[in-house]
Amino acid sequence: MKAVIYIVCTFLSIFIFWELAVRLANPPPYILPTPHSVLVAFKENSMLIYEHSIVTIVEILIGLTIGIILGMITALTLEVSVTARLILRPLLIFSQSIPVFAIAPLLTLWLGYGILSKVVMAILIIYFPVTSAFHDGLSQTPKQYLDLAKTMRGTNRRNLLYLKIPHSIPSLCSGIKLASVYAPIGAVIGEWVGSSQGLGYLMILANGRVKTDLMFASLFTLGILSITLFGLISYLLQISLSKYLKA
Amino acid sequence: MMSSTSPSIDLIGSVRSESEVLFGDLRLAVKANQWTCLLGSSGIGKSTILRLIAGLPTHVKLDGRIKSNDHLPISNRVSYMAQNDLLIPWATISDNVSLGNKLRGEKFSTEKKLKIIEKVGLMDHKKKYPFQLSGGQRQRAALARTLMENTPIVLLDEPFGSLDSNTREEMIDLTFESLKGKTVLFVTHDPHEAARLCESIYILGRQKTTSYNCLKPPFPKTYSDKLVFDLQYSLLEKIKSKRS
Repeated sequence: MKAVIYIVCTFLSIFIFWELAVRLANPPPYILPTPHSVLVAFKENSMLIYEHSIVTIVEILIGLTIGIILGMITALTLEVSVTARLILRPLLIFSQSIPVFAIAPLLTLWLGYGILSKVVMAILIIYFPVTSAFHDGLSQTPKQYLDLAKTMRGTNRRNLLYLKIPHSIPSLCSGIKLASVYAPIGAVIGEWVGSSQGLGYLMILANGRVKTDLMFASLFTLGILSITLFGLISYLLQISLSKYLKA
Repeated sequence: MMSSTSPSIDLIGSVRSESEVLFGDLRLAVKANQWTCLLGSSGIGKSTILRLIAGLPTHVKLDGRIKSNDHLPISNRVSYMAQNDLLIPWATISDNVSLGNKLRGEKFSTEKKLKIIEKVGLMDHKKKYPFQLSGGQRQRAALARTLMENTPIVLLDEPFGSLDSNTREEMIDLTFESLKGKTVLFVTHDPHEAARLCESIYILGRQKTTSYNCLKPPFPKTYSDKLVFDLQYSLLEKIKSKRS
């Protein structure tokens, strides 16, 4: 509760400072609008913002789901197969040396202006953190447990199922939380590069028409969406996997 | 599973790592149905010998052989209990006890499991998680897991090392009583425990392993038995002389 009060106070003071600073310095509204005019723009365009938000949310959720599943499959493959480790690991690391932003135009070129290129963008951006976090967890299962499993004559498959995967759940959760923060970035970058829908598109549009207040309104909407998504996912992970997390 | 008769085990040979000789001339006769103790100062490689017998990976090489008197493989009828209870933190005590069955994918009798949990006195705690238990209770759970495995050979790697003295007494009695009829190899650095529990005692040295005369059955001896203290004293002297 105390934390909530602190957060609210912090943001309130930022907004008050901002409002005062703009009123005093009086820059043109297309450079920096007041928080009040942003709020007005938000109200006036709420339907517009809502429609574009839905598109972005759908992109994020699809991207997140597929990205997490792909990341998990990759991590499991890396864990069970030495060959996969030899082939995939260098590829994965190499892929991380290219900024995902740099291939956004290519994705738009190949996959079009629709939702697909944004989903793929989100997948690309979250795939590695999920893979890496989950695989770290799997491969760091304490040797003592595995020794015990060996004296118990456990099969590899069952050791994976009952020891390695449960042990790696906290790492996987960190990966998924990270992914929930990155996925909106991926989707919005995709929208910036080329689209006709979504919050990223709305920002570019508002920017082009010097509607800076609308741009800020979209920006805050995106921020709130991202934070809500992160909070929701953290909460869901916490309640569904608590026995693996508290240990 | 498991045959009901416990085998005896002979280990003969030399053990070396890449850089040094751990045991130049190791001769152990682990007799059936009784406790054999490996004594030695910390870091000498007592646990390594257990790992060799259990067929676990080690950093050493054994030039020699490990054999049972019934000529059957050893590593698949061994269970292992260490100072660290090795309980799985995300599983309940009950699930920890039957971990082996689960890892082998075999069915087991819940009744038998409950009997074992009852025997180690954890009935009220069977639905709890390891972090909710005290050190002594956790070690009881590890014992229950070992009993559930019901293997003819049991390797004990200082299982009482981390317990306070009261808990340790209870745990020693319970463990000794419940492992009756099994071939037990017990690693410790405590000569008192060795004297109380073991019919054969080996003091490990780099060059030579010395077999030591022990007390006569029945075991376990009581904590305050005078003979135990005498033996403890001479064992201590022996270990000291090995070190220098």
